[in-house]
Amino acid sequence: MPAAVVVQRPSPTPLPTFETDAPPVPNQPLATPLVHWHDAHGGRMVDFAGWRMPVQYSSIVDEHLATRLAAGMFDVSHMGRLAITGAGSRDWLESLLTRRVADIAVGQARYTLITSDAGPAGVTVLDDALVTRETDAADGSPRMAMVVNASNRDRVVAWLRSRLPAAGVHLDDRTFETAMIAVQGPRALDIICGLCNTADASRIRGLGNYRATQATVAGQPAAVSRTGYTGEDGVEIVVAADAAVAVWQALDDAGAPHGLRACGLGARDTLRLEAGMPLYGHELVADSDPFAIGLGLAVNLDDQTGQPRRFPGGDALRRMRDAGSPQVRVGLAFDSKRAAREGSRVVVAGHTVGTVTSGSLAPTLGHAIAMAIVDRGVAAPATSLDVMIRDAVQPATVVPLPFYRRPAPRG
Amino acid sequence: MAANLKFAKTHEWIRPEADGLATVGVSSYAVEALTDLVFMQLPPVGKKVKAGESIGEIESVKAVSDLYAPVSGEIVEVNTALPSQLETLGKDPYGAGWIVRIRPDAPSELENLMDQSAYEALVKS
Repeated sequence: MPAAVVVQRPSPTPLPTFETDAPPVPNQPLATPLVHWHDAHGGRMVDFAGWRMPVQYSSIVDEHLATRLAAGMFDVSHMGRLAITGAGSRDWLESLLTRRVADIAVGQARYTLITSDAGPAGVTVLDDALVTRETDAADGSPRMAMVVNASNRDRVVAWLRSRLPAAGVHLDDRTFETAMIAVQGPRALDIICGLCNTADASRIRGLGNYRATQATVAGQPAAVSRTGYTGEDGVEIVVAADAAVAVWQALDDAGAPHGLRACGLGARDTLRLEAGMPLYGHELVADSDPFAIGLGLAVNLDDQTGQPRRFPGGDALRRMRDAGSPQVRVGLAFDSKRAAREGSRVVVAGHTVGTVTSGSLAPTLGHAIAMAIVDRGVAAPATSLDVMIRDAVQPATVVPLPFYRRPAPRG
Repeated sequence: MAANLKFAKTHEWIRPEADGLATVGVSSYAVEALTDLVFMQLPPVGKKVKAGESIGEIESVKAVSDLYAPVSGEIVEVNTALPSQLETLGKDPYGAGWIVRIRPDAPSELENLMDQSAYEALVKS
């Protein structure tokens, strides 16, 4: 066993205050409003993208299975939450993002990439993100919200600020004044609706996929979206930072009879992997070809009338789309529990044909799975290939993504 | 735990047996820290190892950890039932959860290892 198998004990370090979006003290991990709860409930804390986050409270497998069978709740407050407002906000994002947003409706969310035209290929993928159009401001101007990865928040904000026009658009980083909680699983809707009045509950239940609304949850104003990163039904809610503990505790209390479990980053990763969902830094990196990794839906090269859209990196993405990538993202299934990890080589008859981007035991499936980028010639489902797991040759089979689909709701 | 257990800094325990061999496993502290055990790789019988050399791997959902030989010697027996019953490591880490039996090159090497109270002091710190 490595000498570094040490369970982190909660330490009484002072936490940074975050009333404004002033930069944090360098080298001191950031903490969400829920950090004390995590510490008090057995959270095994690690530094994730500069934030002190729980990997697990009890067992990653137990937390994962609870989410699939009942419900899991996740503190995702570390993710960046940006507000883009002003008369020109929607058109400005339309000119910047890979995805069309000019025609986005109030209460609608869209998945997009954020690209610049930097780099030798003429495009750099800075992040993937969810853009939601909130209700218009009192003066009728659009209000847009964007959620970005914690690891990319600083550089996305810097990029966006560098592209702000002289007037008409405001960009605010709301990360530190808000908190975000995901509630996912077959019981998730019942749990959250139990904390709302009848009208709000009905509206939340009526939300289609990737739709959002405002509601009062456990007495607190909340933005509620029917989105998630698990492959289960559920919601992600944004509340004021000083309401986070109350809402989280209310969810914990309301969720207990349903089997709700608090889940850490470990289960978050196994859940999204089973659901075949990409993670920036793994499936999606700065020089990715989005079409090769199956994210073409996030790239609208043309507008609704068929005219080319102009956005940073758009020309290069059009070239990539037209050229067709020699490699594609696939799912791999193993017949053992031994996991391939990011960077493992994929081989056929001793020749390297690709690389694993993410891999783990899949708790719901009972065997190891991985996503990999491989040569097109070996990408057909049912193709047999080998993955080098340390020095061992582990056989695997190409399978379609996602690895797991939730069952259709009963009744 | 028997009084004659010794511990390595890397959380393996070793117990000299009456037949001159020694049994090796990992401490309950280490097993508890790992959680979610999914895979174990045992060394081949007959493998000769130096103290501190890897003798296999334990994998949890999140990470893989090497197992290290607490002393130099020859692997004479491995617990072949264990990889398919990893829960035994948690239930009985010092008994049925044994991992390998080794013929030590130099029984005096055991003196370099920690006794139970020293190990417990280490993990508490």
